[in-house]
Amino acid sequence: MKDRPEAYLDYSASTPVDPRVLAAMMPYFSEVFANPSSTHRFGRQAERAIEDARATVAAVLNCRPSEIVFTGGGSESDNLALRGAAWRARASGLPSRLITSPVEHSAVTETVAQLDQLMGFKSEIVAVDRYGLVKAEAFAEACRRGGAMASVIYANNELGSINDLPKLAAIARDSGILFHTDAVQAGGQLSLDVERLGVDLLSLSAHKFYGPKGVGILYVKQGIDLASALTGGGHEAGRRAGTHNTPFIVGLARALELAYQERDERLAHFQKLRDRLIRGVLERVDPAELSGHPEHRLPSHASFVLHGIDANALLMHLDMKGVAASSGSACKTGNPEPAATLLAAGYSAESAKSGLRLSVGRNTTIAEVDYAIEALAEAVEKLGKVQREWAS
Amino acid sequence: MTTKKARVVVAMSGGVDSSVAAALLLREGYDVVGMMMRLWSDEALGGAQHNRCCTPDQMSDARRIADQLGIPFYVLDSKDIFRNTIVNYFIEGHRNGYTPNPCLECNRHIRFDWLLNNALALDADYLATGHYARVSGDVDSGWALRRGVDVNKDQSYVLSVLGQEQLRRALFPVGEYPKSEVRRLAEELDFDVASKKDSQDLCFLGNNDYRDFLSLHAPDVMSPGPIVTTDGLVLGEHQGLANYTIGQRKGLGISYSAPLYVLAMNPFKNALVVGLREQLGRDELIAEQVNWLRGEAPAAPFRADVKIRYKATPQSASVIIGQDGRAQVAFDEPQRDITPGQAAVFYDGDICLGGGVIAKFDSELSAVV
Repeated sequence: MKDRPEAYLDYSASTPVDPRVLAAMMPYFSEVFANPSSTHRFGRQAERAIEDARATVAAVLNCRPSEIVFTGGGSESDNLALRGAAWRARASGLPSRLITSPVEHSAVTETVAQLDQLMGFKSEIVAVDRYGLVKAEAFAEACRRGGAMASVIYANNELGSINDLPKLAAIARDSGILFHTDAVQAGGQLSLDVERLGVDLLSLSAHKFYGPKGVGILYVKQGIDLASALTGGGHEAGRRAGTHNTPFIVGLARALELAYQERDERLAHFQKLRDRLIRGVLERVDPAELSGHPEHRLPSHASFVLHGIDANALLMHLDMKGVAASSGSACKTGNPEPAATLLAAGYSAESAKSGLRLSVGRNTTIAEVDYAIEALAEAVEKLGKVQREWAS
Repeated sequence: MTTKKARVVVAMSGGVDSSVAAALLLREGYDVVGMMMRLWSDEALGGAQHNRCCTPDQMSDARRIADQLGIPFYVLDSKDIFRNTIVNYFIEGHRNGYTPNPCLECNRHIRFDWLLNNALALDADYLATGHYARVSGDVDSGWALRRGVDVNKDQSYVLSVLGQEQLRRALFPVGEYPKSEVRRLAEELDFDVASKKDSQDLCFLGNNDYRDFLSLHAPDVMSPGPIVTTDGLVLGEHQGLANYTIGQRKGLGISYSAPLYVLAMNPFKNALVVGLREQLGRDELIAEQVNWLRGEAPAAPFRADVKIRYKATPQSASVIIGQDGRAQVAFDEPQRDITPGQAAVFYDGDICLGGGVIAKFDSELSAVV
């Protein structure tokens, strides 16, 4: 028992590496250390590990191994997908419009913004509903006007809401527009069957599903010719240069494999605790309103708008009580902006500074959840008093 | 069974003094929490790098120190309240012909009210800062604010706005040491900030002069107007009243048979009033909004040492308590640079008794007592 109670409820930000994953990675740091691109037997041994990993990932995604590109993480996958497709479209004289949503991860938002500002692409941002879900009619409207590609997040990191990818991807396909999804938050929880989803490109990051940080994948449907956003040696079929990080790639594959083998138990656990958390918070914390979709949301994910409470100050109070949480406007520099996601979902600028996310994981216990609810209730009461006194 | 340690929130600026303050408190066994207030981000001046306090550099310095000490560190968004109280006070003061001292107002409204209350809500027992001052006393006899051990560094002047409720909660760990010792401690603790320069100007000005700040935020107070003598003779044009201080001789750009000094600002006529050296000295001032650290005004007139600027040497005077939070201060010797808007702070030896804002020299004001 620890001196002070603690509750880590920020698994959407990162998860610990599963010991089985770590064990799978270990031999590839020093025993099987050779460069997988080398001709010799040592290199071939490493290469085999990478190709096994690729096959494992492909099985989960229901795709061909050759459609998997290993990257340095989710942000890199998003960059490669967007920049690679945009540059290729430019080289081929295709339309230069990029269609996206206002609730994307910043790896997508900022890449699109840069393509828009520096490279002459035109970004079009499609409206979302109050849960942060892309409106299909608006998306269809945008697609009818043509474009190089569309990118829509699978499950939003702040609100947890799950977009209807099969529907949106079909709309894009009908207009001949490439469809990318950032599935980083969805990884390990939602179906990644690319056939069923109908996506052309999909980004994942290992550390969201009990794998190591700094490794991810981009699924690239066969036949799509991406311009490399990281040029060099011909690694990953010329799409991502750089010596393979063998242990991390092995770790990613093992983590993904375990996540989908054990998915039913994990999700049942997540959901049970998540529901207890939501119930408790709504019951005990006065200004709390559930944000994001009540049903179509990540099983591990709870998010709230705490009206009248500065979420950044709240995180400090929660941290002092040993509770790890996150806010949409998360900012360690005391200069918080209203969370763009909440603004897009129709919340006021004031409410958009009061978003709180609590996310459960495999190690979360009922005791932790109950402690966090009490800690949150107490913090909100004390902080609310100070903030009300100074409001106006 | 362990007794719960007293918790103290330290206002950390990333500078030497508050860093050493945090270390000293930790050494004394407190449960220490570092906090920095985000006071200002002047977008119009090109973003945060233009205000020295709470720039990313200061913030990462403070964060680094907190990590080194193993204490939590948080940044509290205080921009709105700082702008609404302190920055507006500064601008309005200049607009009305005062030379305001925002540091005192900041201690009154921001540090020892807003920040203190945030600290208390965080279950803290105390709020500590890196000021060179001391608190002594106890619950029964009350609390006294005393000058810091290092007389050259003493900052009790800017803390003269506190009351018993604040003193009870305040800790000023470096006030017990000379600055040289604080620097030595910082080196001993291996703080990167050990050799950092002391901060000089107002925190929200950053690399800019207060004149640039006012030109941007209150251009009206920077508009040219006449330079006049007390007889009403117009001698030239000034470049905006806020550019000048009482007692200033150089840089007036006027010629006259004798050296002329700034005597006063008249914001209603936007006039800068100048006069001869002998017109400058005054042996009396009225202080307004006087605060008494004991919580109540002394019953009878008393003798005190009075400081009229942060860096001024205290001067002997008699203080008479007036109505409506006013006090009349009669100096033994005339003072040359009594500046409306600055604070007059009263001392009995090293004990700070209180202080108030120096009023403008209106003829009717002299009749307050």
